[in-house]
Amino acid sequence: MFAYIVRRVLYAIPILLGVNLLTFLLFFVVNTPEDMARMQLGAKRVTPEAIEKWKAERGYDRPLLWNAQAEGAGRATQTVFFQKSVRLFALDFGASEDKRDIAAEIGERMWPSLALAVPVFLVGLAVCVSFALLMAFFRATYLDLWGVVLCVAMMSVSTLFYIIGGQYLLSKLWHLVPISGYQGATDALRFLFLPVFIGVVAGIGASSRWYRTLFLEEMGRDYVRTARAKGLAERAVLFGHVLQNALIPILTGVVAVIPLLFMGSLLSESFFGIPGLGSYTIDAIQAQDFAVVRAMVFIGSVFYILGLILTDISYTLVDPRIRLQ
Amino acid sequence: MRAILLPVFFLFGCAEVWNDPYPASDRGQKVLYSVFSERPKHLDPAQSYATDESQFTMQVYEPVLQYHYLKRPYQLIPNTAAALPELRIEQRGGETVSVYEIRLQPGIRFQPHPAFVPGNLTLDRRQVAALASPYGLPLGTRELTADDYIYQIKRLAHPQLQVPIFGLMSEYIVGLKAYAAALKAAARPSEWLDLRQHALPGVERVDAHTYRVILKGRYPQFQYWLAMHFFAPIPWEAEKFFHQPGMAEKNFTLDWWPVGTGPYMLTENNPNSRMTLVRNPNYRGQPYPSEGEAGDAAAGLLADAGKPMPFIERAVYTREKEAIPLWNKFLQGYYDSSGISSDNFDQAVRISLEGEPGLSPEMEANGIRMETSVEPTLFYLGANWLDPVVGSAMGGAAAERARKLRQALAIAIDWEEYLQVFANGRGVPSHGPIAPGLFGYRDDAGGINPVTHEWKDGKAVRRPLATAKKLLAEAGYPDGRDERTGQPLVLYLDTTTRGPGDKALMDWWRKQFARLAIQFEPRQTDWNRFQEKLRKGNTQLFMVGWRADYPDPENFLFLLNGAQARAKTQGENASNYSNPEYDALFAQVRHMANTPQRQQLIDRMVDLFRRDAPWIGGFHRKSFDLYHGWLGNLKPNEMADNKLKYLKVDPERRAAMRLAWNRPVLWPVLLGILLAAAAVVPAWLAYRRRERMAARPVPAAGA
Repeated sequence: MFAYIVRRVLYAIPILLGVNLLTFLLFFVVNTPEDMARMQLGAKRVTPEAIEKWKAERGYDRPLLWNAQAEGAGRATQTVFFQKSVRLFALDFGASEDKRDIAAEIGERMWPSLALAVPVFLVGLAVCVSFALLMAFFRATYLDLWGVVLCVAMMSVSTLFYIIGGQYLLSKLWHLVPISGYQGATDALRFLFLPVFIGVVAGIGASSRWYRTLFLEEMGRDYVRTARAKGLAERAVLFGHVLQNALIPILTGVVAVIPLLFMGSLLSESFFGIPGLGSYTIDAIQAQDFAVVRAMVFIGSVFYILGLILTDISYTLVDPRIRLQ
Repeated sequence: MRAILLPVFFLFGCAEVWNDPYPASDRGQKVLYSVFSERPKHLDPAQSYATDESQFTMQVYEPVLQYHYLKRPYQLIPNTAAALPELRIEQRGGETVSVYEIRLQPGIRFQPHPAFVPGNLTLDRRQVAALASPYGLPLGTRELTADDYIYQIKRLAHPQLQVPIFGLMSEYIVGLKAYAAALKAAARPSEWLDLRQHALPGVERVDAHTYRVILKGRYPQFQYWLAMHFFAPIPWEAEKFFHQPGMAEKNFTLDWWPVGTGPYMLTENNPNSRMTLVRNPNYRGQPYPSEGEAGDAAAGLLADAGKPMPFIERAVYTREKEAIPLWNKFLQGYYDSSGISSDNFDQAVRISLEGEPGLSPEMEANGIRMETSVEPTLFYLGANWLDPVVGSAMGGAAAERARKLRQALAIAIDWEEYLQVFANGRGVPSHGPIAPGLFGYRDDAGGINPVTHEWKDGKAVRRPLATAKKLLAEAGYPDGRDERTGQPLVLYLDTTTRGPGDKALMDWWRKQFARLAIQFEPRQTDWNRFQEKLRKGNTQLFMVGWRADYPDPENFLFLLNGAQARAKTQGENASNYSNPEYDALFAQVRHMANTPQRQQLIDRMVDLFRRDAPWIGGFHRKSFDLYHGWLGNLKPNEMADNKLKYLKVDPERRAAMRLAWNRPVLWPVLLGILLAAAAVVPAWLAYRRRERMAARPVPAAGA
């Protein structure tokens, strides 16, 4: 397995290079360094000299991909792409275009993101698995039928509706929790209750319906019939056999998501005023801050690859028949 | 019920209101709660140039002058200066120079800051790494001196700072351009550049509390710049302190941690979430104004006359990116003030039969007040002077045709309707290039644009469409067709609005042009390409805006100066308008005091503008702001950014209102618990029944 992981890590390097190149090309197809300078400097009293100064200070006065003026390897290295990309692999993210240290920002913002994303993930998983098991247990009854109808209805509603509706009911109408905001330490609980609740509720429809399908598929297998024939209680059948075997496809979706929890939620963080990494990325895109966009895409890619490796490893843990070679 | 809700009760801090987003320790305190939506980019007074940033910087930094809070028209008064600057016109080296001599009040002290403790200027990386905030170190202070103002003026030429006004100031401050070149040569990467070691000819230190600024020629508007943060004091110690190794990695920079003499100091700087200003304990307690406009005393605005400011102990600014939470929190009493978005306008404002805006009964019942004010702004539909159809740069008969076309459009485009439909009436149609409230603006019959409006029954009325059609025919486009080719006239509007929500706006534009049978084509693009088109003079019609830096007509009139043409000089004249007579008048007007003669020359410039119509109408934006009744000493002031020190708050009234508006409603929680029980209990019983069920039905007895 160790050799497999090493090989996957090595595969990740060209993938990350490719992602970085793609981000670079997409960004600079839409924006030029001059556009970025103008965005940062504002619209009033901007002189060509100020723009040149801004570009030179941040290294955007070099050619983007190929420096014909340089010699030897300098043709490739004395470029914006090389100078801005190579440091990423040493996890040196540099400073944003407004000169804030990106690593310090990430270190500060990851905690609010995790504080929101981890409870939504864990509570959501527990609720969805429980609800799906309940529907599977009562399969072909009115409970199952109405459960599925509820799931379809819930997955048809936009997340934005849940957010606005939740804020309206729980905070504006019933005054139970703050509408938005965030404070650190234990105070965070008051602010996280509503976004976590909404995050869980918004995810129930799609996830529960999918897990129900997986459970029903497992419940139709021979080993379940055998277990029942041996006189096992339905609870033991469900939790001891069905859940364990249905975990493999669930893990496919779930484990890959775990590292991405770090990246935060774009919508929830914006509406609930949570200063996490999701809103950091959105702000950077709006401000055409290439340094931050590049860093966040890079980190997102690293976590995605990490998530896939973790998924592979988790297969071996839940299914002894699987071996990584 | 109580047992069930007890854990929830503890979670929410045993409070009477559960949705209070602030800590319990805030209750009863004189704290102002406000918002910011955009993350500030710079808090360095040399680099910052956005209004959003001024709400922080101008509470901390103190320029030598400030605007009187209550008097109108806007009036400059001393801030840290002992008196208004003394201006002398002198001859130096064969050149005429303006010498501004500024004397400071003695005894003003900087806020407590670690930069003033000598031991904090020699920190190593490890010590810096251990800091959670710069204020974690021992704090010191010292007296404000002329050297601090001189140091900041030198910083305007700093090679490592992006100073937006450097280009402008280098034209006036003697030697500033050469000084920038000298500093660039002297600067070493990652080393602190001690500006005290480099002399700037344009500033002179007279004594510890007096300095002079020497300008080339005459520039009377310089006095207004002296009221802006660009000319606020910076202690050299602060620059040196923040330049120590490890500071930048922790985002401890002067750009983010301002150091000033103002009434407040920034103690919490989280631009992603919250910024907190705390009263500066070393502030000298400037007295509240004792004079104002007529009506100010009756409005209670002079009740605190002579009392030392500030009145508020702390100001907490929370970042709200979305309008819905912001509005709801304002209604719950958790923000002391709010603007009004289009979505909430009908809930907040009622327009009377006379067309006057007023508060809705719901707002009035909650003790909310509304203040309106015309901003020193101008948003206009510009015509590119270089365009062959709508521009007149080519001269001759073609230029005359284009002029009449622009005038016809200026009549046909109904800006009054635009403001009603798209801005809820929050604006005033413009009749010239100068915003209301400024010298040079006329609000009587003589102030209307006679090309587009006429004076009827004491008010300006737009001229009939027939006049526009006649002008269009004279321009060579009868019924919207080119009389030479017979082809329909097509005009293009370059715009950055391109979302689905902007369809209504584009339809409105189409309708306006269709009134003259002109075909309208929007050229929708992104902001970058739009700006590029303006720079290259590739637009035809476009819409842009301007907000004045200071209350002088020069700050609007220069937008039409030929020397500022965007396509030629990258200046602020976006329409590339060029009229030698206008330019000659501008050269006279810009250096004059506000005299009747200046008004006369401005009137002539405005006449030229109306005749040439380089801008096909526009409007001045009007702000509508709501304030809770517990906030006092409120008066809109569009020029002053240091308003926080004048405000006062009544925390007891606020607490009472919050309690009345936010009592938790508990029955939904109980209902939720009952519903959950109603769902779980039958499921549990069904489960138990199934568990006990036999595999095969038991035959009935006797069967």
